[in-house]
Amino acid sequence: MVYLTRKAEFSASHLYHNPDFTPEENRRVFGKCNNPNGHGHNYTLEVTVKGEVDPRSGFVVDLKQLKEIMHREVLDAMDHRFLNKEVPEFQHQIPTTENIAIAIWQRLATKLERAKLHRVRVYETPDLFVDFFGEE
Amino acid sequence: MKAHLSRRYLFSASHRLHSEAMSPEENQTTYGKCNNPYGHGHNYTVEVTVSGPVDQQTGMVCNLTDLDGFIGREVLARFDHEDLNMLPEFANEVPTTENLCIHVYEIVQRGFHLAHLERVRIEETMMNSFEYSG
Repeated sequence: MVYLTRKAEFSASHLYHNPDFTPEENRRVFGKCNNPNGHGHNYTLEVTVKGEVDPRSGFVVDLKQLKEIMHREVLDAMDHRFLNKEVPEFQHQIPTTENIAIAIWQRLATKLERAKLHRVRVYETPDLFVDFFGEE
Repeated sequence: MKAHLSRRYLFSASHRLHSEAMSPEENQTTYGKCNNPYGHGHNYTVEVTVSGPVDQQTGMVCNLTDLDGFIGREVLARFDHEDLNMLPEFANEVPTTENLCIHVYEIVQRGFHLAHLERVRIEETMMNSFEYSG
């Protein structure tokens, strides 16, 4: 089994707000992230796939294809977007880094052909990242 | 759905690698420059990974404010700008980053109960890092 990781970057804005909470609760739980006008990050995405090395090509996965899928499914949808308003998953879900990693996993998992998705890692900043390994 | 959340923190400290169980020559051979009697320092990066189900209400594994507060109080305040050899945990133990990693893990394991601790990883320099998962 060999693991291959491809990185990508996207920039997006978001805010954390739960309509079931009172304004005070939202401010207490989410702090500055609750600012109603939103704020943004430069996200780094790392997608790790695993599989056996194809003896003919020497590849675990066709990188060009992986790059295209990541672009189509993730970057086209999330880059330079306001996640709460423009990405369907976050109409009713808070776009925390945890939920972004899960949404990206769900967007990618069924699109890969040979290799299997192993991990989606999303860096919100260099000091904060989330790993999602699928539903365990 | 379960996710892993990792947060990185910085602190600076000095240490000297020296074992009372070894002769001066052995210490020198084993630890090289790290055995310099006056010690030396590093900028350490501590990466703490916790896991748990993503809370439906908050979208979070745990609130970062709680994790930052805990690590600030219990880890950074304890080790930042200290001479590690002078701390009680290293009175009878060499303050290698392996041992430091185990101590930080135990502090978090003992005191932080808002998510499951997966791993503590410490980078001593850009070139070397250590991990402990219990």
